[in-house]
Amino acid sequence: MTDAAIALNRFGLGARPGDDVPGDARRWLVAQFDSFEPRPALMASAPTSRQAAQSLSEYQQFRQQVRAERREPAMVIQREPAGPRRVMDEADAAPMGDAERVAIAARRRNRDAYTSAVGLRMNAALVSPAPFVERLVHFWANHFAISADSMRAVGFAGPFEFEAIRPHVLGSFRDMLFAVEQHPAMLMYLDQAQSTGPRSMLGSRAAANGRKLGLNENLAREIMELHTLGVRAGYSQTDVTEFAKAMTGWTVGGLGRGARLAGADGRAGDFVFADRLHEPGARSIMGKSYADGGVRQASSVLDDLAAHPATAKHIATKLVRHFIADDPPPAAVARVEAAFLESRGDLPIVYRALVASPEAWAPAPAKFKTPWEWSVSTMRGLGLSELGTPQTVGLLQQLGQPTWRPGSPAGWDDIAASWAGPDAIMRRVEAAERFASRAGTEVDARARAAALFPGTLTPATAQAIARAESPGQGIALMLVAPEFMRR
Amino acid sequence: MLTRRHLVATGALGALSLGFAPRIAFAAAPTSKRFVFVIQRGAADGLGTLAPVGDPAFAPARGVLADDFATGVTLDGMFALHPALTNIAGLYRSGEGLFAHAVASPYRDRSHFDGQNVLESGGAAAYAQKDGWLNRLLAALPHEQARGIAVAATVPMALRGRIEVASYAPSALPDASDDLLARVTSLYASDPQLHGLWEQAIATRALTGDLAADNGRNAAATGALAARLIAPADGARIAMVETGGWDTHAQQRGRLAGQLRGLDAMIGALKTGLGPVWADTMVLVATEFGRTVTVNGTGGTDHGTASAAMLFGGGVKGGRVLADWPGLATASLYEGRDLRPTTSLDGFIAGATAGHFGIDPARMTAALFANAGPVKAIEGLVRA
Repeated sequence: MTDAAIALNRFGLGARPGDDVPGDARRWLVAQFDSFEPRPALMASAPTSRQAAQSLSEYQQFRQQVRAERREPAMVIQREPAGPRRVMDEADAAPMGDAERVAIAARRRNRDAYTSAVGLRMNAALVSPAPFVERLVHFWANHFAISADSMRAVGFAGPFEFEAIRPHVLGSFRDMLFAVEQHPAMLMYLDQAQSTGPRSMLGSRAAANGRKLGLNENLAREIMELHTLGVRAGYSQTDVTEFAKAMTGWTVGGLGRGARLAGADGRAGDFVFADRLHEPGARSIMGKSYADGGVRQASSVLDDLAAHPATAKHIATKLVRHFIADDPPPAAVARVEAAFLESRGDLPIVYRALVASPEAWAPAPAKFKTPWEWSVSTMRGLGLSELGTPQTVGLLQQLGQPTWRPGSPAGWDDIAASWAGPDAIMRRVEAAERFASRAGTEVDARARAAALFPGTLTPATAQAIARAESPGQGIALMLVAPEFMRR
Repeated sequence: MLTRRHLVATGALGALSLGFAPRIAFAAAPTSKRFVFVIQRGAADGLGTLAPVGDPAFAPARGVLADDFATGVTLDGMFALHPALTNIAGLYRSGEGLFAHAVASPYRDRSHFDGQNVLESGGAAAYAQKDGWLNRLLAALPHEQARGIAVAATVPMALRGRIEVASYAPSALPDASDDLLARVTSLYASDPQLHGLWEQAIATRALTGDLAADNGRNAAATGALAARLIAPADGARIAMVETGGWDTHAQQRGRLAGQLRGLDAMIGALKTGLGPVWADTMVLVATEFGRTVTVNGTGGTDHGTASAAMLFGGGVKGGRVLADWPGLATASLYEGRDLRPTTSLDGFIAGATAGHFGIDPARMTAALFANAGPVKAIEGLVRA
């Protein structure tokens, strides 16, 4: 690949017809830091986490009501001893009540919000003036993955990326980390919202009543393992537990048990600190003591995690894996890691170190595109500025990478072995043929392929396209050519 | 007389090869009945479709292939349907689905092509009969209603004969075209990674066959298309649908499940598409022969003898399994390896069509299977 092709495809999201890379490809990439829009006009009416929280709250209230109604029959029998025994169940319940209608509408709203957010994400990726930065947004959203598989998460997936990632993609890692860990999406997805200190006011009271309210280590563990230090980076189970205790009280207003029991203020979806859930006392984490200071205790831990050398190495390794090779070259990792440490996680400086790495400009395309990358570059290559929103959701589903649904907080894999499978390629071929049939005769694949891969198209691919039986078949072949499958 | 324009107006868009030379075979009353023959090419495994779980020899002989039936839901204590057949199980429960087991055509060797020829021609031996029994069934209908269609690119043997029929191949399926696939093959020829992956992709595609493709959606589309072709009052009365991919020599468990899921989706889509016409429709599902009782070394089964057939429709006297069960103990097997045929598939077809179209069983047998050796129509397959 030429430098221009690398800038467009490996760093960017694929060329669009008319895209022109000026002489200095590296400068072209870095200049995008000035043109990136955290909240482009097309996202003006994007779904928000407050809306998602409101819908989820209505849904949860209905579920509670149903549970309460299930406990009802005993009372009915007491009040009407002479009447026939009546057992209530859902099927037996009255025709759909108002609460159920509200709950169904709430659920639909959050599913619609997901679909619409996927469409906006794609739309932004297709028209953005800063495709390199858009790619970084996708990288970070996957690094801090939530999976929209449940009602709890589905409405939050889009707002999470729009509110916690986009505004910070050109800021500091520390600020992004705080925005992520205090976002309702993350607090709900990894169960932090209901984590209760065993010796907190509420934990002690529950224990006295014979109930168990306790710690949930999920978010604390994943922050250390996935978000900052990386797995096996020198922390112990005790460190995880201590961090989880420090984090108790970090919850979400208006949602779930934690905030309700704590009587926490705040509108549905706001980050709140609920002192009544917080485990009192100092915590010792990785050899350092953190005095109790309410919400500040966990913040201090997060600050230290954000600046930890293991975090720098972990982030550098993932960035190099994403932009350079499945097996990250140690020299490139060391360079990016050093930039991270020296700048205390100033992300544009980290990205500059990446762009400055000679390994990133190796001519052989080392990265096999994920379904998302292939889809975005396909549509950009065809000059499309949007795909119908449900079609975007369906396409990614068919290609094997449903957006924001990696199924685990570890996010999608970033190596070829996870994406280059026989069936995966067959699906791309099928999708390519469908795209080609929509593209009509306006696109001449012979000229387009040369433009999309400046100086890079192989004679074999050019010939296969030229010999296609129809313009449409030429487009399909272009979209599945080896050059197009990798970056 | 059906004109091209006429059939197009009923919903059959696309390439149609039409032209009728009807003659009155024997005076038949006008009928509103429809008949669909779904052929399973490649020897569908009857034991894996309708499993004789009540036979003590079944589980030991079938090994891993018996696991799909471990949930223990049986139809009648003796037989259990493959769990992928949800629509078909529903038809059984509602009394509109009937199965016949240990059935076979007169063919007793193990060649697909010869076996299919015998099944479709209704002769006693391969290539002995020049036309197909489905075409002869058309001849038994009043000539103005003797309209047949193959839901396939060409007219299969069973529908060939004196009465000309139409064919219609679904063309808007989402699979990539074969020509594109071939070009991708050469495009990837010199790419080490993509070349290997693509070879596997093509091989898998060939193995899974059309029914399993796209998770059964192709099959459902075919079923819906068949319904559109036969539902209108002036549509076809007899249709044939071809299905492939049943030759499960290796890794049968997953592949057969995919095939059956497709078949089930097709039957479901056919019934849905027909709406009220389902009451007047009969669907026969049959294959050229069955597969071996024991599992081979690659998790599959090899060519066998007797298999299972299915009959669905609003008038079918269903909720039953017809089987003169020969048993799976080694001593009971045909040539020591196959399910022994105890019921004539030809007799099953003759009895079913006679009942459905209200034609005397002996006459129907003579019309369809005059040259198939002694055939006795099985009566009582249709509700009176």
